[in-house]
Amino acid sequence: MALDRELVGRSYPPSAVFEVGRAKLAEFASAIGDSSPVYRDADAARAAGHPDVIAPPTFAIAVSLEAAMVVLDDPDVALDYSRVVHGEQRFVHHRPIRAGDRLVATTTIDAARTVAGNDLLTARVDLTTEDGEPVCTATSMLVARGA
Amino acid sequence: MDLAVGTELPEQTYRVTRADLVRYAGASGDFNPIHWNDRTATSVGLPGVIAHGMFTMALAGRAVTDWTGNPGALVEYQVRFGRPVVVPDDDEGAEVTVHGKVGALLDDGRVRVDLTVTSDGEKVLSLARAIVAPA
Repeated sequence: MALDRELVGRSYPPSAVFEVGRAKLAEFASAIGDSSPVYRDADAARAAGHPDVIAPPTFAIAVSLEAAMVVLDDPDVALDYSRVVHGEQRFVHHRPIRAGDRLVATTTIDAARTVAGNDLLTARVDLTTEDGEPVCTATSMLVARGA
Repeated sequence: MDLAVGTELPEQTYRVTRADLVRYAGASGDFNPIHWNDRTATSVGLPGVIAHGMFTMALAGRAVTDWTGNPGALVEYQVRFGRPVVVPDDDEGAEVTVHGKVGALLDDGRVRVDLTVTSDGEKVLSLARAIVAPA
């Protein structure tokens, strides 16, 4: 089913707060095999100029992809989830995510089109602190392959 | 760092096993069974269990942050997921090789790094680019 272009620009209510903990950051860093101390040792992170341990650059996905699922739950979005694959991903970091951050995700549909029978939907997730400080913009292009 | 367009990053090769995928699933919260269950993977037409695209993206990002030594300097990072990385159920797993080079020198001392990411001789990510801010 083709995606409705009218969806472009649609924004969803902000997510619940995601509290970033040191243990979660260390776990993620270990899972990607990255031994850098700035992900797990607060003193090392401070020596590198950060207030606390920071997140690896792709950690934002652990917050943003779930937030982006709000789009697939929208009854106006005719995207067959069983056929959805991740087509593209982009992160713009306004500053590194760090332990202690209380992040709120706001999802917006940036693009919706149908190309060669495949539905392409681009969801932009703006991660800010509870106080509204921009932290990361994570943009995911999802592809629902045609039947 | 003395940089010019064409400066090459050290090539990195990462081994990916099933155990790594299970671990990544837990850390990232992405439990899609195509990343750990052969029955599910083959039922949707894949040759077998494949790595999370985001895991491959993370490995390629390591090649950049290990090079700069400052993970906080990676200010923009984007990829297109091309071919999946098929991870066999054995001790060898799959290999992901990341080759990077400086693609452009941008304003404010920022540097664009272009990445070529392959597995089993095939390109698995395309348009993979990172922008690194000066220290």
